[in-house]
Amino acid sequence: MYRTIRKLFLLLPLGLAVAASAQQVLINAAGATFPYPMYSKWFDEYHKKFPNLQFNYQSIGSGGGIKQVTEGTVDFGASDGPMNDKQIAEFKAKNGGAGVLHFPTVLGADVPVYNLPGITQQLNFTSEALAGIFLGKITKWNDAELSKANPGVNLPAKDIIVVHRSDGSGTTYVWVDYLSKVSKEWETKVGRGTSVNWPVGLGGKGNEGVSGQVKQTPYALGYIELVYAVQSKMAYGRVKNSAGVFVAAALASVTAAAASVKEMPGDFRVSITNTPGKDAYPIASFTWLLIPEKIGNATKKKAIKDFLAWMLADGQKMSAVLGYAPLPAAVIAKELKVIARIS
Amino acid sequence: MAATHTTLAKSGPMPPPARTLAQRLRAGDQVAHGITLAAAASILLITALLVFELYINSTESRAKFGWSFLITQTWDPVADEYGALPFIYGTLVSSALALLIGVPLGVGAAIFLAELAPPKISDALTFLIELLAAVPSVIYGLLGIFVLVPILRVAEPSIRALLGWTPLFQGPFYGVSLFSAGVVLSVMIVPFIISISREVIRAVPADQREAALALGATPWEATWDVVVPYAKSGILGSIFLALARSLGETMAVTMVIGNDPKIKASLFAPGYSIAAVVANEFTEATGQMYTSALIELGLVLFALTIIINGLARALVATGSMGGKA
Amino acid sequence: MTSLHTLRRKMVNAIMLSLTGLCTLAVAGTLVFILGYLFVHGAKDLSLDFFTKLPTPVGETGGGMANAIVGSAKLLLIAMLVGVPIGFLGGVYLAEFGGTTFSFVVRYVTDLLNGVPSIVIGIFAYTLIVLPQKHFSTIAGGLALGVMMIPIAVRSSEEFLRAVPSSLREGAMALGASRTRAILTVVIPAAKNGIMTGIMLNLARVAGETAPLLFTSFSNRFWSPGWDQPTAALPVMIFTYAISPYEDWHQQAWAAGFVLLMLVLGVNIVARMLLVQRKHVAR
Repeated sequence: MYRTIRKLFLLLPLGLAVAASAQQVLINAAGATFPYPMYSKWFDEYHKKFPNLQFNYQSIGSGGGIKQVTEGTVDFGASDGPMNDKQIAEFKAKNGGAGVLHFPTVLGADVPVYNLPGITQQLNFTSEALAGIFLGKITKWNDAELSKANPGVNLPAKDIIVVHRSDGSGTTYVWVDYLSKVSKEWETKVGRGTSVNWPVGLGGKGNEGVSGQVKQTPYALGYIELVYAVQSKMAYGRVKNSAGVFVAAALASVTAAAASVKEMPGDFRVSITNTPGKDAYPIASFTWLLIPEKIGNATKKKAIKDFLAWMLADGQKMSAVLGYAPLPAAVIAKELKVIARIS
Repeated sequence: MAATHTTLAKSGPMPPPARTLAQRLRAGDQVAHGITLAAAASILLITALLVFELYINSTESRAKFGWSFLITQTWDPVADEYGALPFIYGTLVSSALALLIGVPLGVGAAIFLAELAPPKISDALTFLIELLAAVPSVIYGLLGIFVLVPILRVAEPSIRALLGWTPLFQGPFYGVSLFSAGVVLSVMIVPFIISISREVIRAVPADQREAALALGATPWEATWDVVVPYAKSGILGSIFLALARSLGETMAVTMVIGNDPKIKASLFAPGYSIAAVVANEFTEATGQMYTSALIELGLVLFALTIIINGLARALVATGSMGGKA
Repeated sequence: MTSLHTLRRKMVNAIMLSLTGLCTLAVAGTLVFILGYLFVHGAKDLSLDFFTKLPTPVGETGGGMANAIVGSAKLLLIAMLVGVPIGFLGGVYLAEFGGTTFSFVVRYVTDLLNGVPSIVIGIFAYTLIVLPQKHFSTIAGGLALGVMMIPIAVRSSEEFLRAVPSSLREGAMALGASRTRAILTVVIPAAKNGIMTGIMLNLARVAGETAPLLFTSFSNRFWSPGWDQPTAALPVMIFTYAISPYEDWHQQAWAAGFVLLMLVLGVNIVARMLLVQRKHVAR
């Protein structure tokens, strides 16, 4: 008995050595869950193209992306909320003065998802309804604010079970950025951030966690990235934009939101929630890769720069299939210039 | 180990001067003593280092919030205001609930296994139950999400009908809640209570029980009035050990507790535990203060388990010495 | 009156005794249910792919967890290299050179360390290794698991060494063997099987640990190319897949849960049977 076990233990390292033999470049990245389906597709395709390059992307949340790239535990991060000035200062302090660059990759949208047994229509949400629900002021599905926006829908007299993110999240950032713009009360009481002090609701970890939670819980309402809603076949609502039109999140409406940005700032940190335009979906956002300006390892630096260029060209063509809106051409041109700043 | 063995054996038959041999052997003893001592000392070192790391890395949070950290309810990463109370509350309530369900079950089963079941069946069942203790926590979480929560959702109306008049079962039930966490934890701690309690009850001298039976007590009376009081401190110790374990339980709890840092009277409301918030937010806490506050939570949890463990060990020790507490 | 009283006592007796039986039944039933459920849900989706393929990108079905299985094995190897020597030697110290105040302190601190929640050990490994090294690594994860192994390794080694009859030890020393030689040639071989069994049980226990790995070995979609890089591990994969919204991932989580449980329970059953056998032989 023991002899067999001992043999197994002797064989173990041998097997491991074989598994690890090929000389691989592993680039570690972590962050946003919002573009994870896109990134995992990109990194998989890129790995097929260059089998010796592995981009290991872990979707731990935007807060995690910001934190881990600041601590230097990953080669680059990703976030759906741009880093704020304080976070950039902290990054510089920890990385010998070198800064961090934001690279927009695709556009996405937050959608309100719900689990209402027996209701098949797509619900309409006003900004007042969403702010009220997340502030804990609207607690029933048949509240006047909701029934008014959804004539003909038999909304149940059930409690709304609010689900939010338990981790630091860019999806949250986009959501609360929107709520802050449409509700004074939200802005003063709760504010913006990748994690906030939620007035109500229960937490799920990641876009995965929130959608899992909503799916498992009848009468739940949460917010997730559009692609997650589509992929996991969940019902999501239309949201009333600043022009007063109920708009469903889709490629066109998200692109319309991006088009409203007249001038892209040099560091690409821009918010596109609640933008004007009657076709624009109001809870849309760019999502960014956070790349350190200085990358010590030459092999990794080259791999990352090459990947960025590929992502802005071939990569963009894959986004629409997965439900993400590709970047406007002007933004791509601007980004290609910034790649050179990585040294 | 085999190699050391042979070299030593080889050195045996060589006949060096007797004095040198004795010296060398004594030196060997010292080496062995030294090596094992070093290993033992390194355990102290690792533990000390652990406490030091937790302490030093939570400096900012301790400096800013002081002791009020423990009694503050806010957990607000935007304003950088942190308090541990909701997590301490969630940890204690879910564990208390686990004990409430787990202790009667565990002690009952231990009595059955130690006193009533034929030895063979008792051994087989204990073997089976101790296997429950080996099931990884993440698997309990998996079962919690996909099996327990749906079951509880079906059972909710009956629970409410039975206990809904108390403030503990008010408000909407989301499936994930303090209650679900308590139930999962109870399943996880029962094996500990059973296996220790069974041993302690078995260790009660047979004459105690026989004397009671001879005086005309029913088997239950002999067990409950004589044997169990005799084994009381040992059983209590097992309960405290189980409590210490449930306080630090992470994965199964974070998967079913609802992850919401609010203090609500209702057990149907979602809650949050210390271990769960660290698991969820540690890798993504932006900013020094946030991280520091999470590490301080780790320190609080560490302190909590040490206190409970200390109590448990003391009780088990007095119990096994045979003293009636 | 008396007979009524007796009747009542007899009824209480019968009721309480059957209640304890019910408790046992409930607990044992839970285990049977857990095993059965995992078997039904996990085994049916288990294919060869699970053991040989890498995970697929989100949204594509199929794939396996080969990298997580190897990752778990690597983590356990490191854990063993860290935990077993320290634990075993510490156990030898307590059993053979104990009896001092120092050994009392060691025993006490070992118990403390045993009670430290696994998530706290994770923080420890993160601040100690991941932050200074500036990356997540298999080594950091293995070390965290290794630290978790130490207390149990100490106590089980001590226990089995103490169980060796002192007549054996004294006999060897009477024949002129030094204390060290007596320990090495007589005591340890006599306790060897027990200690090995203890190590197996210990490994099985940490094999299912998730919390200390979340921010040490992190995770990896590919094969981990080295020991100082992040790696996937089975328990972490179960966690991430379980909380995801994808049906396909849920299935994989069940399959992974089933494999992990079979490994852990398998080791437990074998180890415990060996222990029981040994006891009978000793008698």
